[in-house]
Amino acid sequence: MRREVPLVLTAIVGITMIIAHFLPPLNSLKDLFEDWFFIIAAFAIILGILNLILVNGNNIYRKQKGWPFGVVVILGFLIMTIIGLGFSGGKSFQDPGTPFYYLYTNVYSPLSATMFALLAFFVASASYRAFRARNIEATMLLLAAFILMIGRVPIGYWFSDWLGDALGKTADWIMDFPQTAGQRAIMIGIALGVVSSALRVILGLERTYTSGE
Amino acid sequence: MDEMANREKKTLWENLLSIDRRIIFIFIALAIALPLFFKTSLKMPVSPVVQEVYNAIESLPAGSKVLISFDFDPGSMPELQPMAESFFRHCFRKNLKVIIMGLWPQGPIQANIALDKIFRELKEEEKAVKVPRYGIDYVNLGFTAGNEVVIDRMGHDFQESYPADAKGTPLSKIPLMQGVKNYDNIDLILNLSAGYPGTQEWVQYGVDVFHVKLAAGNTAVQAPSMYPYVQTGQLTGVLGGMKGGAEYELALKRPAKAVSYMFSQAIAHVVICLFIIIGNIAFFTLRKKKTLKLEK
Repeated sequence: MRREVPLVLTAIVGITMIIAHFLPPLNSLKDLFEDWFFIIAAFAIILGILNLILVNGNNIYRKQKGWPFGVVVILGFLIMTIIGLGFSGGKSFQDPGTPFYYLYTNVYSPLSATMFALLAFFVASASYRAFRARNIEATMLLLAAFILMIGRVPIGYWFSDWLGDALGKTADWIMDFPQTAGQRAIMIGIALGVVSSALRVILGLERTYTSGE
Repeated sequence: MDEMANREKKTLWENLLSIDRRIIFIFIALAIALPLFFKTSLKMPVSPVVQEVYNAIESLPAGSKVLISFDFDPGSMPELQPMAESFFRHCFRKNLKVIIMGLWPQGPIQANIALDKIFRELKEEEKAVKVPRYGIDYVNLGFTAGNEVVIDRMGHDFQESYPADAKGTPLSKIPLMQGVKNYDNIDLILNLSAGYPGTQEWVQYGVDVFHVKLAAGNTAVQAPSMYPYVQTGQLTGVLGGMKGGAEYELALKRPAKAVSYMFSQAIAHVVICLFIIIGNIAFFTLRKKKTLKLEK
């Protein structure tokens, strides 16, 4: 029963959602399922919070490797939650001037942006190592990357003045044609993959989500 | 000891082929940081995909309703926040009514940060433009969990996804939301996206199903995957990364944060290109030497 019930529910909901797209009378059922989805999505947030506390709490309790980071995570979570819920004007907690807003803009934002900014360094290092003209394919990739990197920044237009804007125009051409054609092929491939995966789940052929088998 | 001896034996080309990544990091840090101290005016044309976004807002008559979905977090702030500020500047300059929402939990507060800055600007600089009033000129609906399902339900009735705004006021009591039932009452949707859910979901569930007019601002990583949608007309236009933001500021004739950061990005790109050139010169020189050795 533990496996059959989820499979039957998935099949009913999946088939109904597909048919409802073409048969408007079934829209009320579709709306009902979407309402359930909203409720499940809201519970998923609570589940995520509980999971965060449990995983990090367990790490701290067992003094596993890196447990002090768990303390920082739980403290950060508690501080933001308590200040957001209790000391930031209730539902206006996101407004400028509240303690929550202050913490968000002065602690969370810079930390989050820093993590993302680190990418610039790793991308630079990876580009230096990866972009080697070892064969024709690698040379084409290298040339395209080179033209785009220079052609799509202001300094590239400065160089382009000498070349009659050839660099900028070539960069635009790469973006508009080879890049877009490649993206479209990937998108169509992904879409077909999603359709087949969805059908497998709906028909019960894909069961890993029920018990991990 | 052997390792040290080997290291000493390395030729100049071998060293250039395997530059320590920390050296690259230092060069990149300098290339990004130093240009921030210089004021420059680099030439930069506005690309057609950006101009289309500008035209879409510019062509709206005063009082039109624009929905802006903030689907990003502070990680993408350097790229997307300047776009958000430009969108607000443009909308308020044109006296458009702005409805804010977020499919990411951090989205609505990112909107508040941008609004806070724009209101201070309006008070200080453009005295002719009145500061927009909450509930009349703009409203923040906040975040709702549900990803693309939120987009789908809003197509039938906004209240199904957002019964109240971010402050808990029922939509029926907000003057701006009077007469707004679904996308039929929205003139343009702008989406600022850093991933999932984002522009792709807005295209699939908003444009394809409800035929809304959509323009977007994306991170530089994400923007190339939106070009097919621009070519098919599903997306009116797209601002890609900081460059897209800078071009929009120039189209708006109001250079701001993105334009000032472009010099930094340009120098960083040049430094990366120089490292790639050095790596390739070293690679070919060593390969030639090896071939000559084998021939001997």
